[in-house]
Amino acid sequence: MERSQMYRQLANMRKALFDQGFLDEQFVQLEELQDDANPNFVEEIVTLFYRDSTRLIHNIEQALEKNPLDFTKLDSYMHQFKGSTTSIGAKKVTNECTQFREYCKAGNGEGCKRTFEQLKKEYALLKKKLEAYFQLARQIGPVESACRPK
Amino acid sequence: MAFRMGNSSTKCSGSSKNCLATGNKFSVLVVDDDPVVQRIHRVFLNRFGFETQVVGNGKEAVDLYCSGASFHLVLMDMEMPVMDGPEATRELRGMEVSSMIVGMTSRDRDSEKQAFMAAGLDDCRVKPLTADIITSLLHQLNIKYQY
Repeated sequence: MERSQMYRQLANMRKALFDQGFLDEQFVQLEELQDDANPNFVEEIVTLFYRDSTRLIHNIEQALEKNPLDFTKLDSYMHQFKGSTTSIGAKKVTNECTQFREYCKAGNGEGCKRTFEQLKKEYALLKKKLEAYFQLARQIGPVESACRPK
Repeated sequence: MAFRMGNSSTKCSGSSKNCLATGNKFSVLVVDDDPVVQRIHRVFLNRFGFETQVVGNGKEAVDLYCSGASFHLVLMDMEMPVMDGPEATRELRGMEVSSMIVGMTSRDRDSEKQAFMAAGLDDCRVKPLTADIITSLLHQLNIKYQY
């Protein structure tokens, strides 16, 4: 594929991620931190997020299998998880976190379980979309700041 | 007053607001247990010209100060294992630490913000850290540390 076509495709992918509500302004803040000193910053942060949050997802899953449910513990895990999702601008996932915490406050176990399933779907879907996005970005390579050749 | 820190880069990033009258840069200690937040804060603050150090909980922050280190600014997360933000803030103030300590809370923990402020914070902001927040903190730092 021609380079300019790839640029356009990348720009379209990025726009869709925002338009469809997958990402919010915080992601833009991360993009603005990417520079020569940190050329793959955004991808590194997203990779770190998915690696670090696996443990929390697992903890929540285990906690949801207990009977009776410990809503304080569940809320605490979700609070931690939400801290990370907010910091990378993962809008839809963060919304599910908020919903989950509402159900915790209300002591609604079924609501928690249902929301958690939805959360995991959003989490996995975002991962897939971002992986495709970063793969294309890597193919294009670093954005050259030089002008067109004379 | 000499400011000593742990290992940190001395690379100058050129942010003109981030300079004391002496020409030295402002130093910041990030206290947060989330590795994603730690990484983001470090790069963000370095970009604004801070000398940045990161620790994972309140006890590590207190230990650093006990070992003789000091920072112009401490960004203190509220909820952390081992020692949380309010407790670490109380300890530091008890040690007569006069650094600017700014709490970082989540949006939905607003009701606990007052208790956190009462622990001895200079200010409290809602996460996530943004360019606007850092600019505002730099402004406060310039006022506080004008020699």
